[in-house]
Amino acid sequence: MVTSTKSVTKKGTGSGAKFPGPNGKKPGGNGWHGDDGSRRKFSPARYRITMWVVLAAVIMMFAALSSVYIMSVHGEQRVAMPHMFFASTGIILFSSWTLSRAKRSLQLEQSRRYVNWLLVTLALGLAFLSSQLIGWKELKDAGVYFVGQPHSSFFYFFTAVHGVHLLGGIFLLVFLLIKSSMNILKPETEKRNAWAAVVALYWHAMGAIWVWLFLLLLVLK
Amino acid sequence: MSETHEGVHRHPAPTGFIRKYIFSLDHKVIGIQYIILALAAVLVGMIMSLLMRLQLSWPGTNWPILETFFPTGAPGGLMTPEFYLSLVTMHGTIMVFFVLTTAPQGGFGNYFLPIQIGAEDMAFPVLNMMSFWVTFVGFIVILFAIVVEGNQSIGQWFAALGPSFVGGSGTVGPIGGWTGYAPLSALGKVAGPGQGAGMNFWVISIAIFCVGSLLGALNFITTLLNMRTKGMSLMRMPLTCWAWFTTAVLALLSFPVLLGGGILLLLDRVAGTSFFIPGGLYVSGLLSGSNPNFPLHTGGSPILWQHLFWFFGHPEVYIAILPGMGATSHILATFARKPVFGYRAMVFAIFAIGLLGFFVWGHHMFISGMSPYSAVAFSILTLSIGVPSAVKTFNWLGTLWGSRIRFTTAMLFALGFVSLFVAGGISGLILGQSSLDLAMHDTYIVTGHFHLVMGVASIFGMFAALYFWFPKMFGRFLGEGLGKFHFWITFIGVYCIFMPMHIMGIAGMPRRYSQFTEYEFLKGLHPLVVFVSVAAIITIATQFVFYFNVIWSVFKGKKAGDNPWEATTLEWNTATPPPHDNFAGILPTVYRGPYEFAVPGAPRDFIMQAEADSEVPGGNGHNGHKH
Repeated sequence: MVTSTKSVTKKGTGSGAKFPGPNGKKPGGNGWHGDDGSRRKFSPARYRITMWVVLAAVIMMFAALSSVYIMSVHGEQRVAMPHMFFASTGIILFSSWTLSRAKRSLQLEQSRRYVNWLLVTLALGLAFLSSQLIGWKELKDAGVYFVGQPHSSFFYFFTAVHGVHLLGGIFLLVFLLIKSSMNILKPETEKRNAWAAVVALYWHAMGAIWVWLFLLLLVLK
Repeated sequence: MSETHEGVHRHPAPTGFIRKYIFSLDHKVIGIQYIILALAAVLVGMIMSLLMRLQLSWPGTNWPILETFFPTGAPGGLMTPEFYLSLVTMHGTIMVFFVLTTAPQGGFGNYFLPIQIGAEDMAFPVLNMMSFWVTFVGFIVILFAIVVEGNQSIGQWFAALGPSFVGGSGTVGPIGGWTGYAPLSALGKVAGPGQGAGMNFWVISIAIFCVGSLLGALNFITTLLNMRTKGMSLMRMPLTCWAWFTTAVLALLSFPVLLGGGILLLLDRVAGTSFFIPGGLYVSGLLSGSNPNFPLHTGGSPILWQHLFWFFGHPEVYIAILPGMGATSHILATFARKPVFGYRAMVFAIFAIGLLGFFVWGHHMFISGMSPYSAVAFSILTLSIGVPSAVKTFNWLGTLWGSRIRFTTAMLFALGFVSLFVAGGISGLILGQSSLDLAMHDTYIVTGHFHLVMGVASIFGMFAALYFWFPKMFGRFLGEGLGKFHFWITFIGVYCIFMPMHIMGIAGMPRRYSQFTEYEFLKGLHPLVVFVSVAAIITIATQFVFYFNVIWSVFKGKKAGDNPWEATTLEWNTATPPPHDNFAGILPTVYRGPYEFAVPGAPRDFIMQAEADSEVPGGNGHNGHKH
């Protein structure tokens, strides 16, 4: 209590005359222009970090839901894996490969092939979602409904939550296609490559999560 | 401005009112928006606690004003037990989510993290704006959850979503506790009053809040990893930045779990699934499947909800308090005029607390019937959090050791934080042991414990931060005279409120009850209950002095310079208040650690992070902190 605020504030000079701070007081040697050239306009790392962070959150959610599934399976009611889900697995794995081809074409600066591979991937993504819906119908025909045992609910719930995330991936693919069709690529090669890299990362992750869910539903029933 | 390079002005300063103050992309405006949201939410939560105290200490008293505002909750001016439980639920929910999670991280973190690391804004300004407005929508929904059952016409607003969304039953707000335990929370109207449409909106609000927090966490992590200015290595960051970063990581990894659980709970409520509902449940005189109002459920597990909730819930405790720890470290060093004692140890302690926080959720569930072996594992892990907590406490004391303290209000609140953290943490060591917790879990000792350590301590961290940074944010000091009055009454007040609760708990007083007059063995404690209520009323009244001080100081407070506290970090290097892009186009370069106070041989007792050695006569390349 002895030292009052007044004395503190009186002395407060901040970047006073004697010690010029770099805040605009000195023209050179500050910011990023100093010794390593100007600061980069665009940071691909920012996109990459963000996508990994997004994936960490998505993976945590699926981990939590998987735990619920593992704890909810009691074995009294077995649910047969719909045949269509096997096809889904094949489709999504194949789409990961086609997207990696697209990325490769981009690195080789073959724009036409890049767009084509993107279109193939997009078609496979839509085929995956369709196969999931057909799988739902298979489940329904087999008497497995969303409302019932948690075990059967999870067949629908997992596919729906994963489907929503994959839909996000499809929007990202469409976004890449729009970007490449609007002939503004040349000056922004770095940015385009960064976008393609993070979309590919997301897509591969969605594929991996589907394989995990598929194996979980297949093995633990 | 010829020095300005691209990348600094990624979005120009807005001019219109709406783009400048409402849908702003500026992290500083968004930070203030979060703080205003928290100030509004804490007012609601505080009034609720006042009503609870009135009921507990003077049960059966007629409060005509209560009937005016809550005709269904307090018919004839008498508070119903349902209304009391609804207050418990909403007080907890609003305080934990919309106060303790928004202000420390979304508020002060948003405002000061980019400035302290020398960035011109957050990595994704639009995302940042969205995270605030999503959170705001969550707050509106939680308020709606309170009123949806009370009024017939309001209850019909969302009837199109399905029968479970029809409110207007004439009961009160959601009753589920802030933890919303299944199976009652999963059943819908059949589970009784407070479990109808309001509970749906409670779950929806929490889910919306999760999304808002995730967007924020994403931005914090990317900003900190990618946008530090030249020379700002990780180990030169202020401890506040470490705390906000760790908090963001905790939020990123824990909110998705709550979001997933919340969706499952909502599906149980509105779609008829059975994720958290076991078979053969008998509730409100009905057997599951025997009545159209109570369809057949089978196979779910209510304990699973507890696991999901507390897997989020325990990290949430640290989401609330870590930013307070960061601010306390920062402020103690500044006003002790000494470097933070053991900077590296402080960083590792923050990380250790965050990491361990993910492995102790079971200590909230000792009475759920868990295996004693699991309980022992959770106990040991819980008690081990005491180690990094003690490291932090001793380093705070080490920072103060032998210093000439400047007792500003901010410093007083920071010292109060240390005091409350220790006082509240000690009972954590008792409750963390499963054998003791079995007896004490549902008593007032738990209420006293968590209010002191995560509630009030976090609030004190925020108060300290506000008194400390207010001059930078508004260019004026937050009144010091009223501030000291605010501190002393609040500090003594909260001890008078929460210390007696420990005694009540040990005496066996159960928490969440609306009235204790029926129990012979608790009659002797009633004077203590009244004492707590009186202390609470005085403390709450003092908070209005604080509100007045804030509003008055924004307009009439004493003007502050750029660096009024003679502090060292980058926020004190820029103008007051900071310009739109924080550093007027030229990002600072960092030459040293964040707490260079009392450097031997230096002409001043502090050297700012952005001062080059050549600018500091006698400074000879102090690189980082000293021990």
